[in-house]
Amino acid sequence: MESVLIAPSSFTFLGIPTILFSLVIPIVGVGLFAYIMAKRLAPLVLAAPDERFDNIPVRVINVVKIWLAQWRQPRYMTAGVLHILIFFGFLALGIRSTSLVIIGLKEGFVLPGMDGVIGHIYNILKDYAATWVLIACIIAAVRRGVFRPERYDVPEKYGHDHTGEAVFVLGVISTLMITESLFEASFVAAQFQQHGVQEFLAPGTLVWLLKNILLDTPKETLQTLHIVSYYIHDITFFFFLCFLPMGKHFHVITSLFNVFFMRTKRGNVKPVKYGITDEQLDEVESFGVKKLEDFTWKHILDFYTCADCGRCSDQCPANAVGRPLSPRFISIKGRDKVFKNYPLRGDFLKSEPLIGDIYEEDEIWSCTTCGACEQECPIGIEYIDKIVDLRRGMVDEGMVPQSLQKPLKAIEKRGNPWGKMEKKRSEWTTLNNFSETCTVKVLEEGVTADVLYFVDSISSFDDRMQAIAQATARVLTAADIDFGILGKDEKDSGHEVRRFGEEMLFQNLKSHNTEMIVSSGVRKIVTADPHAFNSLTNDYSGLPPVEHISQVVSKAIKSGKLLLKKIEDASKVYTYHDPCYLGRHNSVYEDPREALDALEGIRRVEMLKSRDRSFCCGGGGLMLFYEPEEEERMAVLRVKMAANAGANVIVTACPFCLVNMEDAIKVAGMEGKMEAIDFVELIDRHIIR
Amino acid sequence: MEILVCVKRVPDTSENEIGVNSAGTDIDRDDLVYSVNEWDNYAVEEAIQIVDRVGGKVTVVAVGDNESEEVLRREMAMGANDGLLLSDDAFVGSDGKGIATILKAAVKKGNYDLVLTGAQADAGAGQVGGMLAAMLDQPYASLVNSIEIINDKTLKVGREIEGGNQEMNEIQMPCVLSIQTGINEPRYVGIRGIRKVASVEIPVLGASDLGISSGSTGSAGAKVKVQDYFVPQLGKGAEMLEGSTEEIIDKLIELLKAKGGLK
Repeated sequence: MESVLIAPSSFTFLGIPTILFSLVIPIVGVGLFAYIMAKRLAPLVLAAPDERFDNIPVRVINVVKIWLAQWRQPRYMTAGVLHILIFFGFLALGIRSTSLVIIGLKEGFVLPGMDGVIGHIYNILKDYAATWVLIACIIAAVRRGVFRPERYDVPEKYGHDHTGEAVFVLGVISTLMITESLFEASFVAAQFQQHGVQEFLAPGTLVWLLKNILLDTPKETLQTLHIVSYYIHDITFFFFLCFLPMGKHFHVITSLFNVFFMRTKRGNVKPVKYGITDEQLDEVESFGVKKLEDFTWKHILDFYTCADCGRCSDQCPANAVGRPLSPRFISIKGRDKVFKNYPLRGDFLKSEPLIGDIYEEDEIWSCTTCGACEQECPIGIEYIDKIVDLRRGMVDEGMVPQSLQKPLKAIEKRGNPWGKMEKKRSEWTTLNNFSETCTVKVLEEGVTADVLYFVDSISSFDDRMQAIAQATARVLTAADIDFGILGKDEKDSGHEVRRFGEEMLFQNLKSHNTEMIVSSGVRKIVTADPHAFNSLTNDYSGLPPVEHISQVVSKAIKSGKLLLKKIEDASKVYTYHDPCYLGRHNSVYEDPREALDALEGIRRVEMLKSRDRSFCCGGGGLMLFYEPEEEERMAVLRVKMAANAGANVIVTACPFCLVNMEDAIKVAGMEGKMEAIDFVELIDRHIIR
Repeated sequence: MEILVCVKRVPDTSENEIGVNSAGTDIDRDDLVYSVNEWDNYAVEEAIQIVDRVGGKVTVVAVGDNESEEVLRREMAMGANDGLLLSDDAFVGSDGKGIATILKAAVKKGNYDLVLTGAQADAGAGQVGGMLAAMLDQPYASLVNSIEIINDKTLKVGREIEGGNQEMNEIQMPCVLSIQTGINEPRYVGIRGIRKVASVEIPVLGASDLGISSGSTGSAGAKVKVQDYFVPQLGKGAEMLEGSTEEIIDKLIELLKAKGGLK
């Protein structure tokens, strides 16, 4: 069929062949884009090293699942579905956009392989894609511009509102969709006018709609629309390409890479410097992140990749209680700083300390490292390692709040944050005549056992939490497990010491405990403290396997070693609170639930936020000593969530959670209406001995 | 500005359970952990901040045995430039005046514009700063909680006085100031910082280096001698509340209410 309209490659405008534009626009566009990307790459090259080429199969799976299949998007249903529509539309239209650029140079160009049936199918697909992308953009724009979900608000201290940029880009995308369709619709309409026949257009699509509108339009107008829409599309396309690296839409380019390079292990903390072993730490000139270039290249890539969707901050417990931390702005402020220090034109700026400039001390100390932000991020941005690295930098410069200096020093001197004497670490084994009913071996002077119960500081020393240690000992005894404790030879696991940035103190604790555990000759380690559990599992190395007491209990119930009574009080409604370092960081969700459900007659409900969306109670270890600025306690919010779920007993499996919950019940004035109990205490009460 | 800060190694009250030994001659020193006297730590931080502002050098000095080196290193890790240990068998058992005598000799060997001490240390006497100033014939301000540099001869110092009130003074240098806690927020010293200064040489001066005559210091020269340590008998009206923390709090609130202390 002969051409009914003059194609952009043959058209002349005021005597100028428009093919010149078809040539110049892509050349300028691609050239500019390459220049911008080169500038954007500079900080990545100058950043600290990072090791992200391990676990390739896991990384590929992450790309397929999290990037391509948009796995985490529907966790926020409306935004997620809109994003999935736009994302797949983009993927589908990528081919069309590429061929359109070439069509400007060569009329009727078709990509190799796209001329047969596949081409037809593709054309139908891309027409629907353009349509649903446009619809999704309009809905998204209305949502952002009119309904304004709270999540996107920018608090005053973080600068101006971002709605303008978001809506602008939605407008750009819509322009691409409309002009692409108009280019084709004008052609098909002209074809119909001239020959009475037309190419098949998928009904209901944007191009089909536009074609029907244009059927009676004079040919000259169609010709103009054909050319004008083509060049608007061409210019918009390359403008968009170059605009992407200017802000939050950089993720269109970087998210694929960011997901590939994202965290593959959980519960761990990055080394002080990649490529440096623990033994070489003394030689490291400076610790942690003090200036921009101390971040690793992956962390700079994180800044580039942040799509400003606000999910991290929406899930962040620190943000929820009004602490001065919003993970979203850790990224946005970082990105803006990179853009400022590495301008597209002119010299790179000299790097200044970040604390006191874009970040504040209290902001960085506010994080409980609960990991809710990382769990939620749909494109694999990390926060814990950045926070820990910034803390390492502050510790190195002596910037540590007085409230944290005392417990840190006490851990250094005595191995526990309260500065209690070492010999009193095993005092709980005799407290309240406990030794009369349950014997706990102390593994010293040749005493051996099969299993080590690693108690850690809070359950050893805290008046209330010693009950957890005692319950654990009774449960282990009932399960017929030969166990012992290290007593005065045990020191704090250092879980929070490390996460609060005092790496060298952590290293001391780690080598001490490792030596003690290994020389005790045990084959297995059990702990009832998820922080110790995580530390021994993910921070230490060369230890026997480690289990949390909930895993031990669950197994013992299944094997018949532990027999449980009916629930004592069947009128109560229980809810299980997932401790961050048991659940999110170590994926132990089922064992405690299964064990609880083994109590006949238990009424158990789930809170709205549970499992990997569990809400941190306020943090453990050194976080108990930190005095944050906040409007409310995290645990107060949490006990209210439990009440909303219809529960009147919160079961947790972490001594720090229990401290926080019990305090919160009092603060919230819910005594008598709500109670908190540790998992192992509840099991202990119900064992048939 | 050349600043000398006097520091002392003391049992750490927050990390020890302090009790009197059976002979009643001292506290029970088995199983104690030691650290720098808290007030002295504030004094060192203040000195470092002054030098950061106006330049100069901070020297930390301690009277004690070799173990006092540990606290000198901690303060050097904080940012003090030099350390100086005054150690001699003849110093053992010195009273406050003896310590002041030793420190005076050390001050005389240097050229310090400003000498800082903590307001008090473990013994709680709070006497060394004042005596040192008197022996040096220098002006002295105690319980200082703010220091402002007016010029290279004059300081403006704030003092905490009765009832939480504040007094401001001008004082001429060279002078001695005893520093109150809360004057600043001392920086954190990590394991890493201490390791960095682990191999720095700390000079040790003895009685002869300082030109101190025998008999003027140590137990021989001490005019104040501790006679006895004991836990006071419960007096009339004193009552020890017993039970768990919760129970104690409840009882205390009850008592306070009964006596009209709480309404």
